[in-house]
Amino acid sequence: MELHARDMVNWFELANEKIKQNKSYLTSLDQPIGDGDHGINMARGYQEAVNRLLAKEYSEPSEVLKDASMALLSKVGGASGPLYGTAFLKMAMAVKGKDYLDLESLSVGVKAALDGLKQRGKSETGEKTMIDVWSPVATYFSNPSSFHSNGLVETARTAMEKTKDTMATKGRASYFKEKSIGHIDPGSASSCYIFEALAEVIGEKE
Amino acid sequence: MKKIINDPNQVVQDMVDGLVAAFPETLKQVPDTFVVARADSAVTGKVALVSGGGSGHEPAHAGYIGKGMLDAAVCGEVFTSPTPDQVFEAIKAVDSGEGVFLVIKNYTGDVLNFEMAAELAEAEGIKVANVIVNDDVAVEDSSFTTGRRGIAGTVFVHKIAGAKAEVGGTLDEVKGVAEKVVANVRSMGMALTPCTVPAAGEPSFTLAENEMEIGMGIHGEPGINRGSIASADEIADTLMGKILEDYDFSGEVAVLVNGLGSTPEMELYILNKKVQDILADRGIKVYKTFVGEYMTSLEMAGCSVSLLKLDDELKELLNAESLAPAFRM
Repeated sequence: MELHARDMVNWFELANEKIKQNKSYLTSLDQPIGDGDHGINMARGYQEAVNRLLAKEYSEPSEVLKDASMALLSKVGGASGPLYGTAFLKMAMAVKGKDYLDLESLSVGVKAALDGLKQRGKSETGEKTMIDVWSPVATYFSNPSSFHSNGLVETARTAMEKTKDTMATKGRASYFKEKSIGHIDPGSASSCYIFEALAEVIGEKE
Repeated sequence: MKKIINDPNQVVQDMVDGLVAAFPETLKQVPDTFVVARADSAVTGKVALVSGGGSGHEPAHAGYIGKGMLDAAVCGEVFTSPTPDQVFEAIKAVDSGEGVFLVIKNYTGDVLNFEMAAELAEAEGIKVANVIVNDDVAVEDSSFTTGRRGIAGTVFVHKIAGAKAEVGGTLDEVKGVAEKVVANVRSMGMALTPCTVPAAGEPSFTLAENEMEIGMGIHGEPGINRGSIASADEIADTLMGKILEDYDFSGEVAVLVNGLGSTPEMELYILNKKVQDILADRGIKVYKTFVGEYMTSLEMAGCSVSLLKLDDELKELLNAESLAPAFRM
């Protein structure tokens, strides 16, 4: 399994499609426990990222990740912009110099992104944030021999669903304390779409 | 939605254009950004102050740009933090080599975006320091959560840290005095009606005709309780009770009675009467009072009260000259 620069662009295109299709849903998740703009912000940012990626030729996956990071950083806004921007920037730095990514280097990249998210958000798992999806996904990637794209989707979805039972202690939802229980975390939902898109890209090569 | 706007998606751009047009001799827009800066920036030999956040809180923060207060303000989308690249542009525009001080309200988005901008600036060799304002006592103060929100008390940070920079304070000294203000300021608000973000088109929550919400945040975040509308005296009692319970204000204070956007000044003065009575009853001396709109929430009706405990240093800096349009001293 080898993901080249064009596959990485494809990843962002597929993620953009999923976010666009679920824009209202993401916003509706953000209304009861946030400020109701997650879908709008993510759709704006991902569209910009795809626009920039399609306007350029890439030879290295890390360059794609870096440009996507910068687009998300400047176009998403809110807390999600710097968080997704940081995640993809750290991923880009971790896989710099590679002509293509295999499961092993993807694992290194996802782990670096997770560490970046924790540091940037000063947060750990179990606080009802996107880290609750990135963390189990990073663990799933860490064992390439048993990896399958279906398993990636399942891991991400299960983790996202689980945020429903968690009380928020970070981010805007934390103001709602126990009232945040019963709602899926919007950042976990958008992260789930991003990994579903990645699973599709990997699935074509399995 | 009934608003004096052209295009809901262009409100920030249109506002910035109009603001700079209103004060052409003192303000300028940094080209291709939503950054407003002192017309004479970068000011040689002075630490520069940058603040900002989501738009919709006018006159915060761009109204506080001027000699003696901020050097630049970054205007985000309505109720949305500005992005790191925009904050970075502001830092670059005002840095004179003495360093740049960032005043950040404690919201996850603002903190993340400003911190990331600070890292970009440091990578280019610009000295940066910051303070995070968290004056809203309606939120439980806990190290296990995002913590208290930054609301109207932020204006005191702009004023006092700005004055310190103007008299030649170093970056460390400006940070020191800003932290002192944050340690000594407490605020709490309440709302009577919701507000509508232009791009959303409808109110983000509802309050019944006879309802009010105590402790509501400046973006409509939940407060402490929702109940039947009370009298001005009762509202003042509730807000002041919580503020005075949170911190010992014995001595001298500055008072800020702030309107959230569509509350008449008349009502703010009615509230202020009771605020002053409560302070007098407690033997707390009022050094200075400010009543008006300082940190709004679009067209929300409601108010907030802020108290700042003063010592000689803070008094002198509070009294120093300011040419900012929204805070002339």
